[in-house]
Amino acid sequence: MAVVDTRKLCKTYKIGSVQLPALCDVDLKIEQSQYIAIMGPSGSGKSTLLNVLGCLDRPTSGQYWLGGKDVSQLDDDELSLIRGKHIGFIFQSYNLIGQLNVIENIELPMFYQGFSEEASAEHARELAILVGLGDRLKHRPSELSGGQQQRIAIARALANDPLIILADEPTGNLDSESGDEILNILDHLHQQGKTLIAVTHDDSIAARAERTIRLFDGCIK
Amino acid sequence: MFLFRLKRTAKLGIKSLWMHRLRSTLTMLGIIFGVCSVIAMLAIGEGASQAAQEAIKQLGSTNLIIETVKPPEKQTDTGKVETVHKYGLTYTDAESIRNTIPDIQVVVPIREIAQQEARYLNYPKVAVRIVGTIPWYTEISPVQLIRGRFLSSIDLHHQQNVCVIDEEVARKLFIFDDPMDKDVRIQGNYYRVVGVVGARASADGQNGFGNDKTSLTNPSGGVVGNIYVPLTTAKTRFTELASSFSGGSQSIERIELQKIIVKVDSDEQVLQMRDILDASLARLHEKSDYHIVVPLELLLQAARTRRIFSIVLGSIAAISLLVGGIGIMNIMLATVSERTREIGIRRALGAKKRDIIVQFLSETLILTLAGGVLGIILGSIIPFFVTLFGRMPTVITGSSLMLAFGISAAVGITFGLYPAYRAANMDPIESLRHE
Repeated sequence: MAVVDTRKLCKTYKIGSVQLPALCDVDLKIEQSQYIAIMGPSGSGKSTLLNVLGCLDRPTSGQYWLGGKDVSQLDDDELSLIRGKHIGFIFQSYNLIGQLNVIENIELPMFYQGFSEEASAEHARELAILVGLGDRLKHRPSELSGGQQQRIAIARALANDPLIILADEPTGNLDSESGDEILNILDHLHQQGKTLIAVTHDDSIAARAERTIRLFDGCIK
Repeated sequence: MFLFRLKRTAKLGIKSLWMHRLRSTLTMLGIIFGVCSVIAMLAIGEGASQAAQEAIKQLGSTNLIIETVKPPEKQTDTGKVETVHKYGLTYTDAESIRNTIPDIQVVVPIREIAQQEARYLNYPKVAVRIVGTIPWYTEISPVQLIRGRFLSSIDLHHQQNVCVIDEEVARKLFIFDDPMDKDVRIQGNYYRVVGVVGARASADGQNGFGNDKTSLTNPSGGVVGNIYVPLTTAKTRFTELASSFSGGSQSIERIELQKIIVKVDSDEQVLQMRDILDASLARLHEKSDYHIVVPLELLLQAARTRRIFSIVLGSIAAISLLVGGIGIMNIMLATVSERTREIGIRRALGAKKRDIIVQFLSETLILTLAGGVLGIILGSIIPFFVTLFGRMPTVITGSSLMLAFGISAAVGITFGLYPAYRAANMDPIESLRHE
C-alpha cells in the first residue's frame, strides 16, 4: 500500500476574482521507504504540493490518502494531529525556535503529542546523538553552525517517527560540505526505511533520490 | 502529563518574558499600579469606615440620645422682656419618659456643667466638666472602671458629695497622691473621690455621648476631662442658670438637663422608639428645644457613605486597571506579530490552535499575576505609610487581597484572549514564510 496516494489533486488560489491554479490533477503514489525528489522551476507548484502533502493546506479538489487515510477534507485540529503524528518537516531555513535549547527543540513535536517529560527527554537525547550532536544538548540554535542547526531540525523531524519526512530545500542555506553531511544523514535515514520527499533545485539531491518528479505549471511531467 | 504541559508552558512563558525584561516590566507596571491602588484605596476606605463605626458603636446602637438644643429666637419676643430664658430638657421629661413609655430598659438623665475648676489642696487648678448623672449611666455608656466604684444609688439618694473622676483628671489633679478617698474642691464644695474611670469613656474631652452637635453647644476647649457626681448633688450644688453677655445686653439661660439617654432592648425598636419619644416630648415642649440622635441611624448612614466611597474608589482603581490591561494587550499583540514565525513552526509540528492560545494566554497570565503579586506587596506597604504619616487608620482585609488578585487574573484573561486568538488563527503557511 502506498504511503502517499493522491488522485486528481488540485489547488487553486483565489486572488480577487482571478482563479490561479497552482496544482492541477496531480496523481502521485509514493511507496513506503521511497526517496523522492520533487524538482521544477520556481512557480511550478513545488511548495504548494509540499504544503498539501504536509497537511498544512487542504486541496481544492481531489483526494489525498496518507497512510491509507483520506486527509483531504479534515478540519484544522485533525490536520494538526496528522502533522504532529505522521509528518516530519525539514525546512530550508531550519526553523528552530531560538528561545529553546537543542533538547527542547527536538522535544517539541512530542510535547504536542502528549509524551511524558521523561520519555520525550530521553528520546530527544537519543535523536541528538543519532545526528551527532550529543554534546550540544543545552546549546541554543544561535550558538550552532548552519549544518548543526539543520541536523537538529532532522532530529526534530524524526521525533514522532513519522510516515513521511518532507524536506524543503534542506541544503539551500548550507555550504557544500555541511550540505553533503545533511544529505548523508538523509541517505542513512532512507537506508533505515524512512520515506523521504525532498523539494529541491539541487541536482545532487535528485541524484541520490530513487525517483525524481518534475513539476511544470502545477502538473507532473 | 498535564502537569508537564503546564510546567513547560509556564517555563516557556517566563523564558520569553525574561528575554524582554524591560518590556515585561513596563507592561507589568500598569497592573502593579492598578492592583496597588485597589488595595490601598480599599484599605483606606475600610480603615475610615471601621473608625467611624467604632465611634458610633461607642454611642451604643440600642441607645437614643435626646439632647437639649437652643431653640430658634423668635423676633416677636423682642417687645417682651424675658429675664430668664428657660428651655431644654427637664427632670419632668425624664420622669415622664420613664413612667409612660413601655419597652424602655433604662432612662439616664444627664446634667453637664462645663468649664468648672477643680482643685486638690494647693495644687494648680484643673479645668473639668461636671457630669451629673445616675448610677445606671454605666448601662448606656462603656465606662471602664479602673479603681474604686461608680456612683451608687445611695449616693444619689443622700445627695452625697462624692465623685468619680477620669483617669486624665486624676493624673492632672493628683500629681503626687493617690486620688482614692481624697477630696476635690469645686466651687467651694468638697467631693470625695470614690472611683476612677478609663479615659476612653471621655475620649477627646467629651463623655461617651459626645458628637459634633454637643461640642458646639458645650465647647470642650481646655477641659481636661469629666468629673461624675450624683445627679441630685449636681442639682443642689450647681446653679441651673447660665448668663452670657451679648451686644451689651445680658441674657440668662436656664437649662435643667443637657441630655436624656434612653436605652431599648434591641436594634429593631430604636427607630420606632424615636417616634414615640418625639411624640411624647412634643406634648411637653412648646419650643423645639430638643433633638433626638439615633446612633443606629448614624451607623446605617455610615454604611451608605461607605458604599458610595467604595464605589468611587473602586471605579478609579478599575479605570487604572483597564488602562493597564490595554497596555498588556498592546504588548501582547506586538509579541504575537514578532513571533509569527515561531507560531508557524509550532503549528507545523502539530500544535493545535488551542495549544497556541494556551501558550500566549498563559504568557499574559504570568505577566498579570506577577504584576498582581507585586501590586499586592506594594499595595500593602502604602497603607502602612498612610497610617504612619497621614494618621489615618487603614485596614487591609483578606478579601481585598483576594479581590485584587482575582481582578488581575481577570484582566490577564480578558486582555490576553484577543492576542492569543489572533496568534492561533494565523495561517501556518503564511507564518512559516514570515521573516
